[in-house]
Amino acid sequence: MKALYFAWVRERIGLAEEEIAPPRDVATVRQLIEWLSARGDGYAAAFANPATIRVAVDKTHAGPNAPIGAAREVAFFPPMTGG
Amino acid sequence: MTPRPTPSVRVQAEDFDLGREQALLTRGRRDIGALVSFVGLCRDEEGALEALELEHYPGMAEAEISRVAYEALERWPLQGLTIIHRFGRIRPGEQIVLVLTAARSRADAFAAAEFLMDYLKTRAPFWKKERCADGAPGDWVGAKSEDDAAAERWR
Repeated sequence: MKALYFAWVRERIGLAEEEIAPPRDVATVRQLIEWLSARGDGYAAAFANPATIRVAVDKTHAGPNAPIGAAREVAFFPPMTGG
Repeated sequence: MTPRPTPSVRVQAEDFDLGREQALLTRGRRDIGALVSFVGLCRDEEGALEALELEHYPGMAEAEISRVAYEALERWPLQGLTIIHRFGRIRPGEQIVLVLTAARSRADAFAAAEFLMDYLKTRAPFWKKERCADGAPGDWVGAKSEDDAAAERWR
């Protein structure tokens, strides 16, 4: 699946997007964040406080327990500040 | 019963013209009684801001604003609805966002416009980064708990 990062999540990880292939036991948004956190210092810094991370699965807001099974695109970003 | 309108949702780098958008929404109509517009501007309070950089999530920004727009159409009998949100570099005094609602009566037009702005702030995937006038690297604008509270009151 494709992972997308925005705002300071993007800056801390150092990437705007990448292809990821989490193992099958990574089934939910929360588990995907835990799995990504272990990929390196930038990821650990980006996801240090999961309460500040918002997630969209296939361009729709998703909570921590949402399944990621069939997702093509998962995006990670801080709380939104538009408007 | 007025047929439900199709909202016009645009996410763009270019500026917009309120007069033109009002004219487009009301063209050929004799049944609209109230038009409410909200324009959000880039604001600098201390002379320290050069510009805001608005980052967005292409595709989701349009989709999420449309979802919020259709929610507004479920709640209020609107006759027309236009939402424009800009991205990219926006300087103090320039326009960021437009919400334009048309209805038979002002109560519906006001309420829908306020609902739309409250929801856009907490759900539309945009992030503002400050560019400082002195060249120093700016910070990401933090989400405000007041915005969450404002969106929460519509539940």
